[in-house]
Formats: sequence, C-alpha cells, structure tokens
Amino acid sequence: MIKIKNLKARVEEKEILCGINLEINPGEVHAIMGPNGSGKSTLSSIIAGREDYDISGGSIDFEGENLLSLSPEERAHKGIFLSFQYPVEIPGVTVSNFIKTAINESRKSRGEEPMEARKMLAMMREKTVLLEMDKSYLSRSLNEGFSGGEKKRNEIFQMAMLQPKLAILDETDSGLDIDALRIVANGVNKLRSKKNAVMIITHYQRLLNYVEPDFVHVLYNGKIVKSGDKNLALELEAKGYDWIKAENT
Amino acid sequence: MTDLAQDLLSSFVVAEAGLNGAKNLGVVNMRKEALDRFEATGFPTTRDEEWKYTNLKPLLKHDYKIMLKSESAVSFGDIKQYLLSDLDTYKIVFINGKYSSWLSESTHQSYDICTFAAALNKYPDIIKKYLGKAAPAGETFVDLNMAFADDGAYIRVKANQTVDKPIEILYITTDENGASFSQNRNLIIVEQNAEVQIMERHQNIDEAESFTNFVSEVFAARDARVSYYKVQNDSDKSSLVDNTHVKQTTGSNVHVGTYSFGGKLVRNNLHFYSCGEHAESHMDGITIIGNEQTVDHHTLVDHKEPNCYSRELYKGIYLGKSHGIFNGKVFVRQKAQKTNAFQQNDNILLSDKAKVDTKPQLEIFADDVRCSHGCTVGQLDKNALFYLRSRGIPKREAEGLMTYAFASDALEYVKIPQLEKRLNGVIAKKLGINLEFSL
Repeated sequence: MIKIKNLKARVEEKEILCGINLEINPGEVHAIMGPNGSGKSTLSSIIAGREDYDISGGSIDFEGENLLSLSPEERAHKGIFLSFQYPVEIPGVTVSNFIKTAINESRKSRGEEPMEARKMLAMMREKTVLLEMDKSYLSRSLNEGFSGGEKKRNEIFQMAMLQPKLAILDETDSGLDIDALRIVANGVNKLRSKKNAVMIITHYQRLLNYVEPDFVHVLYNGKIVKSGDKNLALELEAKGYDWIKAENT
Repeated sequence: MTDLAQDLLSSFVVAEAGLNGAKNLGVVNMRKEALDRFEATGFPTTRDEEWKYTNLKPLLKHDYKIMLKSESAVSFGDIKQYLLSDLDTYKIVFINGKYSSWLSESTHQSYDICTFAAALNKYPDIIKKYLGKAAPAGETFVDLNMAFADDGAYIRVKANQTVDKPIEILYITTDENGASFSQNRNLIIVEQNAEVQIMERHQNIDEAESFTNFVSEVFAARDARVSYYKVQNDSDKSSLVDNTHVKQTTGSNVHVGTYSFGGKLVRNNLHFYSCGEHAESHMDGITIIGNEQTVDHHTLVDHKEPNCYSRELYKGIYLGKSHGIFNGKVFVRQKAQKTNAFQQNDNILLSDKAKVDTKPQLEIFADDVRCSHGCTVGQLDKNALFYLRSRGIPKREAEGLMTYAFASDALEYVKIPQLEKRLNGVIAKKLGINLEFSL
C-alpha cells in the first residue's frame, strides 16, 4: 500500500529524518515507537502532507502514485488519514458540518454525488454509538472546549466516518484514561480489515494491548534502527530505550 | 475650502425656502446655525485626529449634484433585490432622497412608520423634543445634514407597543449622468417598553458616483428594545458617511449591527449615549471588503449612569488593496459605577496589500467598573488550515470555512432569520465558499 524509500527531511538546516525505509501492506498494523525527538511525528506529518518540511531525498509511493507531489486534501481523497496529536480547535464550525464537508469533498474528487443527508445522519449516529459519544458532540464547534480525551475520541470518530485506507494515529493514546483508551482502541479495531492498514505512533505498550500490531519499529535519530513483532514493544516497555540508544551511538 | 463645501454653502440660500419644516421657526433656526457651524469648520482633513486614517479629499473633488432630480421611473423590480423578499415587512423607500409612496408600505395605525418630511410638517412638538437631541451639534457631517436634510424615515412606536413586523428602510440613488450628493435623516423614537426591528440599506443603482451624508437619531425610552441592522453592500462608486446616534434611558436594550461588504468609502460614526441605569448597548459588525474599498468604523459608547452594560464586537476581513479602520471609544463617567463594558476588534488580512488601522480606547473616570478591550490583526492559522485540508477539504474551501468561522460570531445577535440567511449568503459569496449547510 505505502512504500517509503530512503526518506530524508529537514526543517531549516536540521535533518530530522535521515533515510526512512518502511513498507506497509493492506491488512497490516505497524507500530512506530521511539524516544522523544526521534522523528515519529515528523514522519506522520510528512505522509499527511504538512508543508513545513524540506524533503531532501527519497520517495513515498502510495498505491503506485508519488505521494509527495500531492496536496494534503488530495492525499485525504486517496484514503490517508492522520489522527492529530494536538487536534486544532475551530470555533464556529460544527463537528457534523465539518465531517459532512470532508466526506462530500472526497466523494466529489471521485466524481460521486454528495451523500444523502439521511444516510449521513444515520452513519454519524452509528459512529457516535461506537465511540460512546453523546449525540450533542455533533452540534458542538469542532474541538472547541473539548477535553483532551474528547479531542482524541473525536479524531477516531472522524476516522470511522472517513474510512481511510491508511490511518495514522499520532500518539492518540496519550492523555487518555483507561476507559477512553479502550473505546478508542475499539474504534480502531472496527476499522481493521484486509484492505486497510494502520500505523500507530506511540510511546507506550498499553494501546498495543488492545490493537495488536503485526510489526513494531523503533525510530531513533531519524532512522528505523530496529524492527520486530509485538514482542519488541513488550521488550521496550520492560527495558526502556537506553539499550537502543547505546546500540546506535 | 473644497469645492463641495463651497457648492453646499451657496446652494443653501436657494434650497432653504423649499425644505420641509420651513414654516417651523425652530427648525429654520437649527438649520441656519448648523450651516454656520459647517461654514466655520468645513470638511475634516487627515490632520483631524478622528479622520487621521480616512482621507476625504478625493471624494470632495467630484462635481456633485446637490439638488437631486426626482425620479419616478424606478419600479419595484429595480429595487426588489435590495429587500428581503421572503419576509413581510413595512417598507420606507426613498429614490434620490424623495419618499416613494408607491414602493413603500407605511402605517399610522398603531405606530407611525412614515417620513421625516411628514413629521417636520405635522408634529412640531415631537420635532422640538427630539430633533438634534441625540446627534450632537458641532460634528461637521451632523451639522451639514441638519442644514439640508429634508426627508428620511420617521418611526415612532408608542409605549408598550411591539411593531408586528420588521421595517425596511431603503435609500436608492439613481442617476446615470453624474455624481450625486444626498443627505437624508431618520428619526426613530421608541417609547417606554416598546419594541421594533429595523433594517436599513443605501444603494446606488447606477454607474455614476454617489456620496451620502446620512444621520439617524434613535431614542430608546425606559425598557424599550431596538434592533437596528445596517447592510452596506453598495457599488465601488458609492461612498457613505453614516452618523447614527443612539440615546438610551433606563433599562433599554439597543443593538446596532453593521454589515459592510462594499462601497468605495464607508465611514460609520456610531455613538451610544447611555443615560439611564441598567441600559444595554450592543454593537457589532462584519466587514468583508476588497479592491480599493475603505470601511471606517468609529464608535463611541458614553456611559453616563451606573450599572450599564455595553458589548462591542467587530470582525474585519480584508482582501485586495482594501483598508479597514476601527476606532472604538468607551467613556465611563465618574458617576457610572458598576459599568460593564466589553470591546473587541479582530481582523484578518487575506492579502499582502490590504491594511488595517485599529485603535480601541477606554477612558474611565469611575473606580468600580469592569472594562475589557482588545484588538487583533492576523492571518489564518496555518495549523488549522492543514487540519482541515488533511480531512480532504480543499485549500480554498478550508480558508473560506475558517474565515467564515472567524467572522460568524458577530452574527449571533441577528434576530431576523431571513436577514441572517441573507447575510450568510453574502458572506459565502464574498469568501467563495459553499455555505448551504447551516453552520
């Protein structure tokens, strides 16, 4: 589905990604772990199309297409979704109108008619139930005055509505209590299928208890320095990152 | 002294005898004194502190017609688009400054919704009591208007009456042959515990230049409630100086909303005089302009009595080479303890060549008050823009949505749904977005 080859990126003169190689196939769940400042969020932002970085080398191929030449909205239309670490508050735009606009823009890009209002509403109801959200969420301004947990849940709600091919969860688990974590994980598991892939960026093992990864990668100093299966995450949880750092200095 | 000032002074001699109220010695004297004051001061220049950012000079160079020709060829079809077609309203329509009875729908039944000209001739006691009592002598444009204003809307709602439908006031200028200068005047009297909703618009329906010097006096008696909406979306050749002066007494609640989307130069002098306890003064507005348009909001709230509340929220969005000015003054007199005054002016510049000058001012002489004021000038938040785009919303729509979201809270107090819908439509068009969903 997505093939990242020797990806290098910098902000001003600072090199943040120093040659990332990663391939994710349909049906797979990949976890990216690593200490603070290792480049995890940069990687997810670049896949989603944030323009603050200089891509100094390498390529990203998404279903045979050069992803780096597409705008953020075009990437969304192709099926890429980023759950933000810090979702932005947008006063004056309600959750329901926002998601409705987003869905219909994606449909428009595929030459489809806007979704029928009744169908849209039914789908919104279904997803709020799935994420144990009160219906009143839908008429609130996007993220405005939401608690940290509500914001994260709202991200997963959007993901559930948009049904992306590749969902990237950037520290979606941080700031969640146990119940919220379970609800969010449940939302992610509902999306999993043979056709979809998930990339989970996290510091901790705990989300991976609920959403079991097929692969775990450790990012350090802008490179993937170790890959393994779910046991690698357990090992990191037990031993910390010091041994990784020691191996790579 | 500029040409227009000279023209006005010399034409007054001819005009005077024909003006409404010529039989009322009080009015005649007011006109003469006002003209004398105008003669002494002339038009303001950028050296005047209050006109520092708005240069009138180019406007005063035109050769304006001062006595506009009467025009009877305007049909309802010509003006329909400037009225709210999906709402039953009273209508007071003026064509080139003259009342058009066939385009209007007035009433004298439970309340007077008619013309200033009629009031000048028929109600000398009311005129004596109210005329010039809110709009202060000594302000150039107010003086000039006092000398010449011959007609306009007259609204008087007697105690405990609620006007059963909104009132639309429409001033149309039409002259294909040359520039026109017009001066009309409203007198709006809302008595104890009465209520009214008013919409107002100035519109030039021809290609020629127009310049309007307009005065509106509003008197809100004890517990009266007034909503007054000004829609400014005139052509690039039309300029307007709007002087609206609101005098409030105990417990009254007045909202003036100013929605500015067009015009060459628009100057809004909006003054509230809070002269009774527990009065509430609301003023808000959205300005979205482009090209070389200028909109200048000069507001004043004068808190003279204790326990009053004022709320002021102006949002500005500037495209092209447009220029926005905001100058908001709040006075809190020594006696006006427990005043609660809020003032905010936020602006977004969507073009490198657009410009904003904003100046909130507080002058507080009481010691137990709550006053806040602030202003911001910025661009759209890049992070938020990326957030919307990452969900598949194209850049242009995302910008429009965010701009709309930025401006929309200034529409919160619009009580007429059809007007709100109309304003949303204009805003969407200005921002190039699709707002068919209800935000």
